[in-house]
Amino acid sequence: MASTPTLEFEKPISELEKQIDELKKLAGDQRIRVEDEIAPLEKKLSALRQEVYRNLTPLQRLLVARSPRRPFTLDYIRLCFTDFIELAGDRLFREDAAIVGGWARLEGETVMVIGHQRGRDTKENLRRNFGMPHPEGYRKALRLMKLAEKFHVPVFTLIDTPGAWAGLGAEERGQAAAIARNLFEMSQLQVPLVATVIGEGGSGGALALGVADRVLMMENAVYSVITAEGCAAILWKDGKSIEMRERAASALKITAPELHDLKVIDEIIPEPVGGAHTNHEASAAALQEALIRNLEDLRKLKPDKLVRRRREKYLKMGQWAE
Amino acid sequence: MAWFRKEKKPRAPRTERLEIPPDVWEKCEACGHTDIREKFIRSFNVCPACDFHRRIRAVEYARLLFDENSWTETETDIRSVDPLQFPDYAARVKKARGVADYDAILTAHGTMAEMPVGIGIMDFAFMGGSMGSVVGEKISRLAQRSLEKKHPLIVISASGGARMQEGVLSLMQMAKVSAVLSQLAERRIPYVSILTNPTTGGVSASFAMLGDAILAEPGAVIGFAGPRVIKQTLGQDLPEGFQTAEFLLDHGMVDAVVHRRDLKATVGRLLRHMSGKPAVAGWTTA
Repeated sequence: MASTPTLEFEKPISELEKQIDELKKLAGDQRIRVEDEIAPLEKKLSALRQEVYRNLTPLQRLLVARSPRRPFTLDYIRLCFTDFIELAGDRLFREDAAIVGGWARLEGETVMVIGHQRGRDTKENLRRNFGMPHPEGYRKALRLMKLAEKFHVPVFTLIDTPGAWAGLGAEERGQAAAIARNLFEMSQLQVPLVATVIGEGGSGGALALGVADRVLMMENAVYSVITAEGCAAILWKDGKSIEMRERAASALKITAPELHDLKVIDEIIPEPVGGAHTNHEASAAALQEALIRNLEDLRKLKPDKLVRRRREKYLKMGQWAE
Repeated sequence: MAWFRKEKKPRAPRTERLEIPPDVWEKCEACGHTDIREKFIRSFNVCPACDFHRRIRAVEYARLLFDENSWTETETDIRSVDPLQFPDYAARVKKARGVADYDAILTAHGTMAEMPVGIGIMDFAFMGGSMGSVVGEKISRLAQRSLEKKHPLIVISASGGARMQEGVLSLMQMAKVSAVLSQLAERRIPYVSILTNPTTGGVSASFAMLGDAILAEPGAVIGFAGPRVIKQTLGQDLPEGFQTAEFLLDHGMVDAVVHRRDLKATVGRLLRHMSGKPAVAGWTTA
């Protein structure tokens, strides 16, 4: 994994981690026993992680969600599924690596998995456009969903994007129309659909993979109609200062518990103490358990009932007075 | 350098101007053409000289499309609340309600060229036509009424996108309206989407781009990201005419760019085709 800058509030954690690593290295070199020294330090580390992560502000959560150290879609595909075969291209214009998808198996059964894919280093990020799809990415996703529907196979989507790409080509090729078409088709897809926000769920670009029978969210993931930066820039003419970003992140209600209260998501998947990045395997195990359990419920429903329930769920969304 | 300066001559008082009430004249924002207000109004608020389509209010579109005295506003009691307790939101809604009491969309049913229809008309004057829960719910109810009665649905969009003060709830309105439109499609009930200036963000990325026919007013800015955002991301100026209705027509994203004076006839003819009704005399060659 490429070395990445530590988040400000994680500094005490990473310092302690460094201390422990050094001690272990020393012990290895000198062949001395340090278990007695390390044990209390590790206990302290665990307590510290718990303490820091229990008190994360919405902006800190957003930064955790964006962290390149978190598991990405392909990591979860590798850890939760088997027999993955990636399918490329929208058959219309080109391949968009900001979204990946293909056949895979969950507990041996064939499923379709589709998700945004970010990059860990500059080279990969350029290839994957930082996980910001062009219209062809969404059209590829839809193609795979229709393929799954054709063979009566459930669809899992993993959401992890700052948003749909805003650029000349994206506009020329109908970014808005591509997203709209996905929302429309996903609301009537005849197979079970489970969406999980694994990192940042950025607006329409996230929702275009997010209309589902069940919407799950990793504990430290966020989901928002606009970035905290964008919101602060529009409302308070300051999208840069920590204070204004914090204000926007908190006002927008982007964290999993807040969205669960608003009935926008159905379930929160717990992450290891200290965030998903501290243990990819444990995070994937928690996600896998949730996917299996949710699919089991949905498999019991006939397609028409499934679609009716999905539509009814979305028709109830929102709050108003009369 | 004082000797370079032009001698200022006292201007002759223009007494003749006082005889005409100043509010009789209107000036086109686009070309500067000045004309009698009556003329602007008679041409549907389109500049008689340059065809610039001025932004008009929802009620004016209702008068333009519905047959005279045929329409009734629906869902008049539904109001925005402040689900997130978002800073200043309640006050902004209160202020906007002074501009329009129907939130950012007016919904109505009535007849259009003697065909019963439901029409939703977004109003940019209400918080930039932003889509919150109320907009989503009103379109959804209008569409459900269309489902029950088998009446075609028309939505005129004018919006900067989702209403961020309602957070993800406003994002979910995109999914909600798309879900109800898929029901309409399943039952073969025609839906015509009309895009006016501007149609961007969450509105363009949902119902605005899902019409069985998509029409756009000349010159309207239409896109996913607003031009300002794209300019910022790319750090370069955008090509002339980028994201205009005509640009979208060239790129295959809309069916036609239609002058406001032809809007009613065009929508009427489209709906008659899509509902298997015969042509109306005088409309076949608009």
